[in-house]
Amino acid sequence: MAANAQSLSEAIVKPRLSRDDWIMRASMIVIGAFLLVAVVLPLYSMMSKSMENKDGAFIGLANFYEYFSTPSLFLSGVNSLWVAALVTVIVLVTAFVYAYALTRTCMPFKWFFRLVAVIPLLAPSLLSGISLVYWFGNQGVAKELLMGESIYGPIGIVIGSAYWVFPHALMIVITALSITDARLYEAAAALRTSAIRTFFTVTLPGCKYGLISAGFVVFILVFTDFGVPKVIGGNFNMLATDIYKQVIGQQNFQMGAVVSVVLLVPAVIAFGVDRLVQKKQVALLSARAVPLEPKPNRRVDMLMLAFCSFVALLILLMIGMAQYAAIIKFWPYNLTLTLHNYNFDLANGGGWDAYFNSVKMATYTAVFGTLIVFFGAYLVEKGRGFNVGRNVFHGFAMLPLAVPGMVLGLSYIFFFNNPSNPFNFIYGTMIILVVSTVAHFYTVSHLTAVTALKQMDAEFESVAASLKTPFYKTFLKVTVPVCLPATMDIFIYLFLNAMTTVSAVVFIYSTDTQLASVAVLNMDDQGELSFAAAMAMMIAYTCAGARLLHLLLTRGVMRSSQAWRQR
Amino acid sequence: MTSNSYLRISNLSKKFGEFEALKNISLDVYESEFVCFLGPSGCGKTTLLRAIAGLDIQTTGRIEQAGKDISALPPSERDFGIVFQSYALFPNLTVERNVAFGLENRGMARAKIRERVTELLDVVGLPDQGRKYPAQLSGGQQQRVALARALATSPGLLLLDEPLSALDARVRARLRLEIKQLQQKLKVTTIMVTHDQEEALTMADRIVVMDHGVIRQVGAPRDIYAAPSSAFVADFIGTMNFLAGRVAGDGVVEVRGTPFRCDTADIPPGEEVTLSIRPEDVILCNGDADVVNGLDTVVRYVEFLGPFCRVGLASDVFEDGEVCADLSSNMMRERTIEQDAPLKVRFPENLVRVFPARS
Amino acid sequence: MNPTSFLTRAIGGLCGAAFALGATGAFAATELTVYTAIEADDLKRYAEEFNKVHPDIEIKWVRDSTGIVTAKLLAEKENPQADIVWGLAATSLMLLKAEGMTEPYNPAGADKLNKRFVDTDSPMHWTGMDAWVAAICVNTIEAEKNNLPMPTTWKDLIDPVYKGHVVMPNPNSSGTGFLDVSSWLQLYGEEGGWEFMDALHENIAWYTHSGSKPCRQAGAGEAPIGISFAYRGAKVKAQGAPIEIVIPSEGAGWDMEATAIIKGTDNLDAAKKLADFSVSKEANVMYNTVYAVVAYPGVAQPVEHYPSNIDELMIDNDFGFAASNRERILKEWQSRYDSKSEPQG
Repeated sequence: MAANAQSLSEAIVKPRLSRDDWIMRASMIVIGAFLLVAVVLPLYSMMSKSMENKDGAFIGLANFYEYFSTPSLFLSGVNSLWVAALVTVIVLVTAFVYAYALTRTCMPFKWFFRLVAVIPLLAPSLLSGISLVYWFGNQGVAKELLMGESIYGPIGIVIGSAYWVFPHALMIVITALSITDARLYEAAAALRTSAIRTFFTVTLPGCKYGLISAGFVVFILVFTDFGVPKVIGGNFNMLATDIYKQVIGQQNFQMGAVVSVVLLVPAVIAFGVDRLVQKKQVALLSARAVPLEPKPNRRVDMLMLAFCSFVALLILLMIGMAQYAAIIKFWPYNLTLTLHNYNFDLANGGGWDAYFNSVKMATYTAVFGTLIVFFGAYLVEKGRGFNVGRNVFHGFAMLPLAVPGMVLGLSYIFFFNNPSNPFNFIYGTMIILVVSTVAHFYTVSHLTAVTALKQMDAEFESVAASLKTPFYKTFLKVTVPVCLPATMDIFIYLFLNAMTTVSAVVFIYSTDTQLASVAVLNMDDQGELSFAAAMAMMIAYTCAGARLLHLLLTRGVMRSSQAWRQR
Repeated sequence: MTSNSYLRISNLSKKFGEFEALKNISLDVYESEFVCFLGPSGCGKTTLLRAIAGLDIQTTGRIEQAGKDISALPPSERDFGIVFQSYALFPNLTVERNVAFGLENRGMARAKIRERVTELLDVVGLPDQGRKYPAQLSGGQQQRVALARALATSPGLLLLDEPLSALDARVRARLRLEIKQLQQKLKVTTIMVTHDQEEALTMADRIVVMDHGVIRQVGAPRDIYAAPSSAFVADFIGTMNFLAGRVAGDGVVEVRGTPFRCDTADIPPGEEVTLSIRPEDVILCNGDADVVNGLDTVVRYVEFLGPFCRVGLASDVFEDGEVCADLSSNMMRERTIEQDAPLKVRFPENLVRVFPARS
Repeated sequence: MNPTSFLTRAIGGLCGAAFALGATGAFAATELTVYTAIEADDLKRYAEEFNKVHPDIEIKWVRDSTGIVTAKLLAEKENPQADIVWGLAATSLMLLKAEGMTEPYNPAGADKLNKRFVDTDSPMHWTGMDAWVAAICVNTIEAEKNNLPMPTTWKDLIDPVYKGHVVMPNPNSSGTGFLDVSSWLQLYGEEGGWEFMDALHENIAWYTHSGSKPCRQAGAGEAPIGISFAYRGAKVKAQGAPIEIVIPSEGAGWDMEATAIIKGTDNLDAAKKLADFSVSKEANVMYNTVYAVVAYPGVAQPVEHYPSNIDELMIDNDFGFAASNRERILKEWQSRYDSKSEPQG
């Protein structure tokens, strides 16, 4: 009997999997395979391409040697670095003060400033470049302000980039400033600490992780952006425009791959550091804090009002000029107003079809992307066992954030346009655009979903299992309704980005699947600036409409679920 | 083998990497019994419950429920209802639909489901709350709903994971009585995990005291209180005074030179031991008469606790520590007991326990 | 834009979004995938003319700028998507020919074309359509404002008076830019050519990525002088831009739009029919509505806004030289001018 018990105790119990476990694992493998095909394998084929010569033979790092010994190309790298760094500093300071005004002061008209701040998200990054030409170009209305300097070059790139990345930084800093503990300020006040000292000992340290994170996001966005330097960069070369020139201008795919790898490295480093920083912040957040209610301070409030008004004015001037440019007959010689520029079928670069393709593409991306991302995040977060699979999946889901769009787009050419690839059939179709866009914006959506899921009671699944309810029923009856606001946020995030993205899709669109954002790029490339401005504004109207709809729907959902949603 | 053992756990171990959360646990739970797993946090009680539920399956060992080996089964193929500390009520479903959740899946007719839900809500004392959402109920009410939901499918085993810990003291006291009565009425075999000894003492038919992944003692509340098998159990359940000493001979333990008569069982002379006595077992002595285990002490403090006072006593024998004595208010009225006053007390021989010295 | 058609499209777009991905309905007898760089507003007209002769063949246009179409064709080398290329720079087609991607075929009537417009091999790999001639677009208003004399020759442009007023396409990303560079190297010889460009570089305000842009920018006064091509100049002028189109008297580089069948096409017969049509007289008349110089002798009528002497000023372009030295020239250009293209302060 004793010997028997001993042998029993040593047999390791192999848990039997339920039908749910099988379905969940199979689903996770399917979505994991999607990410493998949509992100990992294309990147691999791009890396191997960077070590091949024109005939496809392996030549090790010879291409990289050539790249770094070409002074003009090397210079592009240096340019990209300092421009990105400068924009990061400018945007961080601006976004911090703006966010401070919104969260920590009693400045009036906050709603207005919140609204204005998101405007740059509604249009492709190219819009700021176009607008700057009209403001500060050689025929620009405010050319004198530059005191003889040319807008075509780093000045234009810095201003244009700062404009479109501003909301990205602002949202992160607002979040960072919102999660403070009022008790810290009460303690500081009780100790009669001066306002300035409080700022440096409480406020800044409290949001330092948010600022670091925002810094990295801005840096990566500018470092890898292609739209602004393409439009307003003049002769100022940057890495992202180099890729374009290598691939489109010279059909030098190998060198394009090399530049892509060079572009990938700092992005991956910045991404890695940011993840480390984020982990630290989670620990800080867990404390239960008392929300801070700002107190009126007339001088500070008015100062902030002046500052925010100035920033908001700049944003409005930027988009306003693009709108004006879109309805001018022939700049600068014939300023009569016309809708002629909306007649996109007359312009090279994509007609109205491109616009409707974009709407379709964005809709597909939002619908399928939300389904895939949310279900994938659910499997990672709520699945039982299978830790290896869940960790690998999570890793795959985090990867796209580190991959610049251009790099992803170029790698798609290498991977999907290979006749021996079984997925070759999607090349040149709408599918590849949707796949690339979902993949490109996967990480942020995934994290949004994971955050929402984490806020749900961890034991729902256990309870449902004890009640012998299949997981998908619980998923549909409970998880989805509870997370509806988060899924709607993912939906709109994917939709807006799909409408405005240029970088990934510029390499893989086909004539059947021309896109509005790419059309803006091509129209500008041809010098048809007024058409480009009109198309960019079409995108902006659409995105604004989508956001408004999202706002109304979210309110509706919140109202109808008010009875059971706490807080 | 006992014929009415409902749940049999044999040689169960659970490892998380290098950490051994459960070490070779064996336990029988009988039909209709209310068992409490009691222990400090990290003792493995919740791990054991989750292994029984199949939520975190053990590394080695066997679990049988109603004669069937369920060791490797997923939770959905086991027969239990569960209630968590967090209630885990589905926030977007009404109370009714929460309770009906497990029933809706079994092809039961709508009318039947409604009937059963009404019955259950009556049983847990929430007959009119069916249309509300969980967020509109108090914590205690929510936990009743969770209980009704767990019982809806008439499971053979009810698992309660710290069900009362999130509630405030009054609600907790009332609900623990109700749960106990409900369990007795329904005769459902129940296992509850708790770190609260009072809860365990009041509710359980049997208590399983756990520490560091092993079972330290199993027994009825009274037996465990009266006869703890180890210093750990003695300390964890109720309050206990401990004095370090050495066995001087059969029936005598010396504490700092002072001999105490007590049952030394078969511990050989010379062994280091721990002498223990509960505060309520310390007895006041009258006069100077020489008594067995009598001791002159000085009152350090008097703590008024309503029906009784806790008195801290100092003596050379206790070194730096104190011995607490719980003296009933009745007894106190007869004498003046003040701070710094001398007081003679006695440790009754049959109530002093000796344990091997704690490592 | 017609509001009704906008509405129909809007509804169509939204409905389309509701359908499954990639669902396309094809019903024409033969669908021919045609890669092209022809201007978007000419495409419809070209297809209509072709369908007058061959109503059973439906053209599916894949249109983009010269560089992108070329890149796309090369990228798809292993698995070509195009049946035929109609309206792409001949130099690009020569590149495809060198890669073995073109189907040799003598279109019916190709023998009638001007010899400098067709491939010298027999059977031919490509046949020309029309010439695409380098030109200088000069904004008369801005020139006056800046006291710039009207240039008449390439060499005029290196006069310091034009410093910072000239825009030209970057040959590394624009076919027009390369055409300019290769023509200067042919006109002035290797050494003289680079000397000229060194001097010109001093006057260049910025290099653009596309060949059209300098002329459009000249038209908008963004830069007074844009080195571009005559076709673009004529179009910009037609829009009402205050520009003069100058073909430099030394002679101008040129390329042609041309046609080539892609090897391995599943629709070889239909592709041949299109190739035949592309060299026909009717087609050349059609090209002539926007291009002043076409491949079919005797067809060309003067086109509005084009300089009249354009035909004589086309240099005797050695396409072989351009194609075989392309990589070397681009590299040289890049090391000379791209590395210097730092911010001017």
